[in-house]
Amino acid sequence: MGGMATGETVLAIGTKKGLWLSTSQDRTNWSLSGPHFLMNEIPSIGIDQRNGSTRLLVGARSEHWGPTVFHSDDLGETWTEPENGAIRFNDGDGAALERVWQIQPDAADRPGVVWAGCEPISVWKSTDGGEHFELNRALWNHPDKDQWGAGYGGAAAHSILPSPHDPDTVHVAMSTGGVYRSTDGGESWQARNHGISAYFMPDPNPEVGQCVHKIARDAVEPSTLFAQNHHGVYRSDDSGDNWQSIADGLPSDFGFVMLTHPRKSRTAWVVPIKADGERIPPDGHLAVHRTDDGGATWARFGTGLPDLDYNVVLRDAAAVDTGDPAGFYFGTRGGSVYASADEGEVFVQVASGLPDVLCVRAASL
Amino acid sequence: MVGVAEKTVTVVVPSLLAKVTGEQRELSVPASGPRSVAEILDDLAGDFPVFNRRVRNETGAIRRYVNLYLDGEDIRTLQGPATLVAPGQELLIIQSVAGG
Repeated sequence: MGGMATGETVLAIGTKKGLWLSTSQDRTNWSLSGPHFLMNEIPSIGIDQRNGSTRLLVGARSEHWGPTVFHSDDLGETWTEPENGAIRFNDGDGAALERVWQIQPDAADRPGVVWAGCEPISVWKSTDGGEHFELNRALWNHPDKDQWGAGYGGAAAHSILPSPHDPDTVHVAMSTGGVYRSTDGGESWQARNHGISAYFMPDPNPEVGQCVHKIARDAVEPSTLFAQNHHGVYRSDDSGDNWQSIADGLPSDFGFVMLTHPRKSRTAWVVPIKADGERIPPDGHLAVHRTDDGGATWARFGTGLPDLDYNVVLRDAAAVDTGDPAGFYFGTRGGSVYASADEGEVFVQVASGLPDVLCVRAASL
Repeated sequence: MVGVAEKTVTVVVPSLLAKVTGEQRELSVPASGPRSVAEILDDLAGDFPVFNRRVRNETGAIRRYVNLYLDGEDIRTLQGPATLVAPGQELLIIQSVAGG
């Protein structure tokens, strides 16, 4: 693909049984193609456009044949898999890759650098566009490791936020374990969970062990972070040193999604779920909530969404694009996918009846 | 005189993996005497590294929902990857029932 903008948007939809791709000229009328990788779950997708082209990276996992990473430089026409695997533990590590939960291209001025978050809990870094990754050994051998555990979906590093302003600063979130920050390019990591609740533990305010579901970084102020916790919605203004609740105004503080705007400061989205013990949208009313003031107030948007939908939106099953206005996309465990061309206010249905949606990512071509 | 077929072990590959074995469904591995399943898979890994990753993880363990049968016996009921395979024997790979 060339570097010329086409006005087209691609939406990649990773499900429990394959990958679908959808494209649109206006982000309202969508055409769907797929499945790719039928019978493979696709829990992670990365779209890398830093070299003037578009590379799709997907973490695929077959129940039979295990996990692997594919990439495509022609929008899914052909896929390539490094022979020895892009992500692979060494003999002495005593571990095997279970699932790739996150594929995160680094900042625009660090082309080639791609991060991956995996199960078992591990963070990996590629410097060749995601074809080969190296294990971050500082986190892998972290002294807190015996305090990390598995949530229902498995024990994984699921969020990686390299700072576009500082190549040495990276935030990682894991379930369970919480938020970790490196300020030396990944040479060392410190837990940064002060203020985040772990109500399910004997000490509800531990240093380590939180079940943070997703974190996102403010586009303008790199020290501002947002977190959707396993009950709790938070903001930090000091790079994760301290977290304050911003859940007031939401129908529930439970959920999985946390996204920030690609350009506007203090704008973030969540998709509330009623409770840990009642994992449905509140009263079956699926809706997106957006704040434009750092969480002081929230607005509910459901136009275009079904009156009733009892399906959960998983942590990576929502995404924003870089369009203006920004597009907002999400998919449900019921296999419906919705797109908004106006920052999450009015939605159209992109697809329905797909397998459980695990991951969506979108990009302007 | 021992025939060529008896100096090899045959690995029978499921159709779903043929695309990572150059579309070959039967792979011959040299075996002048008994060789372990692990050694046989190590041999194949050189020519077919993706096939190897589909069948085994990085620790060398056979993936949970992949079954290997030696003359009809699941190697998990024998000695696992250490199970010895004699020249002329056949190792059959079949994916087990998994998924919803």
